[in-house]
Amino acid sequence: MILERIDEQLPGALLDRHDFRGDVTAVVAKDRYLETVDLAFKEGFQQLMDLTAVDWPERDLDGRLVRFDVVLHLLNLATQARLRLKVRLAEHEALPSITGRFHSADWAEREVFDLFGISFDGHPNLSRLLTWEDFPGHALRKDFPLDGGDPFCMADSTAPYTH
Amino acid sequence: MAEMDLNDAVMTTRLDAVVNWARKNSLWPMPFGTACCAIEFMSVMASKYDLSRFGAEAMRFSPRQSDMMLVLGTVTNKMAPVLRTIYAQMAEPKWVISVGVCASSGGMYRTYATLQGIDRVVPVDVYVPGCPPRPESMIYGVMKLQEKIEKESLSMRKDHIRRFYESMDRQRGIERDKGLTEQQAVREMVLDAADHNLATIY
Repeated sequence: MILERIDEQLPGALLDRHDFRGDVTAVVAKDRYLETVDLAFKEGFQQLMDLTAVDWPERDLDGRLVRFDVVLHLLNLATQARLRLKVRLAEHEALPSITGRFHSADWAEREVFDLFGISFDGHPNLSRLLTWEDFPGHALRKDFPLDGGDPFCMADSTAPYTH
Repeated sequence: MAEMDLNDAVMTTRLDAVVNWARKNSLWPMPFGTACCAIEFMSVMASKYDLSRFGAEAMRFSPRQSDMMLVLGTVTNKMAPVLRTIYAQMAEPKWVISVGVCASSGGMYRTYATLQGIDRVVPVDVYVPGCPPRPESMIYGVMKLQEKIEKESLSMRKDHIRRFYESMDRQRGIERDKGLTEQQAVREMVLDAADHNLATIY
C-alpha cells in the first residue's frame, strides 16, 4: 500500500521492493532518500524505530562495489504498519541526516557512524557514540578484527603476570 | 599497694591482630554490579545465603561508606577510569573482590571493547571464578578475604593503597600534560605497562 503511494508521488525513487506477509521492504535510490523519508512520514510512518546498517564487504552491483546498506525501520502509529527502507552506499559515501525529521535519528546515526564509519551530512553532532574518541577503525565492519588490534586480546598472548 | 588481680579481664595481643580481627568481621561491601554476577550477588545478601553471617551485611551504594568493593561483571575499556575513580573514593583500608571470569580476565569477551581483567587497573585481593559464580563461591571468596586480612600487617595495606594513589596521580598527570580524556590516559598507561612486560598500571 505505502509502496504504491510512494510510487505514485515519487516515481523512480524505489529501486527494489519486496513484501512478505506484510513485511514491507523497499530499496531507495540514494539521491531520493530525503524526500522518500519525508513522504513516508507524511503518509503516517511517524516513528523511527531504528536506523542501522549492514556491511556486505564484497557486494558487487553492476560492476560497482556497494558495500553498505543503511536500514530504516518505520512504524505507522495509527495502523501499526511497518516499513523498512534501505539505501545502498559504497565506502566513503555519505547520506544526508534525517535528524531534522526524526529526533530519534540523532543517536542512531551516531551509532552507525561509530560502528560502520558512514557519515551523515548535516548531523548536529556526528561524533562516536559507543567506542572512545581515538578508537582504531569501525567495529561492526566485517573486516574489523574481533580483538581490534588490542594486544591483550590477541591469540596466544596471555598477559605476563609480574608485580 | 597490692597488685590487682585482673584475671580474665585483660588479654594481651598484637595491635595488628586485634585491629585486623575487627576489620575482617565488619566489612562494608559495595557492589560494582555490571552484569549477571550482580544478580547472583542479590541472593548472597538475601536470607538464604545471608552474607551478614560473616559481618558484611551493611551494604552501601556509595564508595565513601564502604571498604570492600565487589566487581560483579564485565568491565569495558570505557568503564575502566570509572572503576578507578570509585576505588579511589572508597574509605580506607579497602579491599577488592573480583567476582566472575569477566571481571577477573575478560572471560568470554576477548574483544576490543572489554578490559581483559580489572587487575590491570585496580589492585584485586581475591578472585572468584565462575560464570556467574554460585553464592557459595562468593561467600568462599569473602572468607578467603577474611583470612587474608587476618594475616596482613597494617602498614602493608597502607602501602598497597598508596601505590594505587600514586598511579592515580600519574594518570591525572598524563591527562593534564597530553590533554587526554580519563579513558585515553588509562588506555595509554595499560599499553605502556605492557611494553615494560607489566600487567598492571599501579
